[in-house]
Amino acid sequence: MWNLFFSLVLSASYGSTLRYKSVERIKAVGKHSLIGASGEFSDFQEILRYLDELTLSDHMWDDGNSLGPKEVHSYLTRVMYNRRNKFDPLWNSLVLGGVKKGPKGEEKYLGMVNMIGTHFEENHIATGFGNHLAIPILRAEWCEDMTFEEAVKLVEKCLLVLLYRDRSSINKFQIAKITTEGATIYPPYSLKTHWGFAAFENPSKGAVGSW
Amino acid sequence: MLTHYTHSLTSGPRRNTHLLLCWLAFFSCSILEPKKNTATKPEEHADREPKPYAHSDPKIAREIQAEEDEDEASRMFRNQYDTDVTTWSPAGRLFQVEYAMEAVKQGSACVGLRSRTHAVLAAANKAASELSSHQRKVFRVADHAGVALAGLTADGRVLSRFLRSECINHAFVYDAPLPVSRLALRLADKAQVCTQRSWKRPYGVGLLVAGLDESGAHLYYNCPSGNYFEYQAFAIGSRSQAAKTFLERRFEGYNDYTPDQLIRDALSAIKETLQGEKLTSSNCTVAIVGRKDDGTVEPFEMIDNKRIQEIIESMEAVEEAPVAAAESSSMQEDKGTDAAPMDI
Repeated sequence: MWNLFFSLVLSASYGSTLRYKSVERIKAVGKHSLIGASGEFSDFQEILRYLDELTLSDHMWDDGNSLGPKEVHSYLTRVMYNRRNKFDPLWNSLVLGGVKKGPKGEEKYLGMVNMIGTHFEENHIATGFGNHLAIPILRAEWCEDMTFEEAVKLVEKCLLVLLYRDRSSINKFQIAKITTEGATIYPPYSLKTHWGFAAFENPSKGAVGSW
Repeated sequence: MLTHYTHSLTSGPRRNTHLLLCWLAFFSCSILEPKKNTATKPEEHADREPKPYAHSDPKIAREIQAEEDEDEASRMFRNQYDTDVTTWSPAGRLFQVEYAMEAVKQGSACVGLRSRTHAVLAAANKAASELSSHQRKVFRVADHAGVALAGLTADGRVLSRFLRSECINHAFVYDAPLPVSRLALRLADKAQVCTQRSWKRPYGVGLLVAGLDESGAHLYYNCPSGNYFEYQAFAIGSRSQAAKTFLERRFEGYNDYTPDQLIRDALSAIKETLQGEKLTSSNCTVAIVGRKDDGTVEPFEMIDNKRIQEIIESMEAVEEAPVAAAESSSMQEDKGTDAAPMDI
């Protein structure tokens, strides 16, 4: 029984200002996939429109075939790479995951594609700072047959590191899960943080000659 | 009739030339045509055959005759409205499209059948002459799909190329095989365009599209009219009625047939269309596509001659065994020449 996890921070920035604090950057695509994005939010909205058209016409066929995560990922790769070649990229890093029942059993899929069209499939994907801070943790501690709770714990560990160390993140997260039964996007929540370090009290104690 | 034409000669330059040409053609046809010879030269019509003679099974012969009589009756009024495809007849028919479907009936027979997991196409090979190779009628369109065609094979070749390119384009964008129903629809839309443009003519070829996708094995028949239907089993081309009758008796069990059983039935159906001629691996082509029980895909592939010959021989052995048991006389030694009692 395959679960696939997505987690992200609910924020969208205006330059370096973190302006919007309730922005959901994850969406379900068709019956079998989830897409998450970082980067330019308006471009993500445009991508969602393309995917809407795609899933709608696929649904209207009503012929027993449906777009799986691999097909959606391939489609997005073509779109992103094509835009890059026209020097008009969609400025996003997209994470695409899903689970689909195939003739050989359940097939899980997780992949990413970025603004220049680089795409690959892996067991753990991250964007932005996650690549530097979260991937090492995931590589060390991920294993094939984790339970739901273990996976949530692992993901929260990564999010906590990112919260402490990435200056552009806020303490408001969202987790999404996809299985053969469908996608579930959980409501936003916060992690418990600890700021009671001695060095944080009286921060200007040792400062010399400043006002 | 002549006065009708001369009257129209006065109504505008374009109509003028059009009808004048018609008149000239009509005139030259009736006066300049050489003495009709009854035997059609096969080299000139490599993709057509002489009209079928009476089928040895009287029931089937009656069906064929009834069909032809019907056609004959409706043919009487065709000539006025059949000049181009964009002209309707008063009865609401497009005769050019119907003529195109006649072209399909002239081609040599093709048969398709499917189970839940496999689809088989078979075609009767006809050579233009003893010196030439036989006409190729079964084409692979993608790993998961192929077509068998009957009619104007040049049109069929062009359409196969179109189908191949559609499959490739889909695979490039989606990294997945194009579902067969969507492939059949694209072909049908392309055929429909030719029925609604005055500068085009309908494709003169019928295609049996067989393939595999995630919802199982499928078989579609696309006609020149732009219509398409899904079938459990179907036959097209000349003498296909015999094959269809054979398939009608047996199709209900096809969903659970093994691939081997499907191939046998396909060969039997082709045999029906050969009408007395012996079925060998050199006068038929068989192709199969499907998914094995463990989920692996068997891509669309022609079955090689040796295997077809083996299957044909084993089919003949099965047919002869009950006959030999019924007659208490000795077993027939020469299976080859005296095949008449076995052939329906």
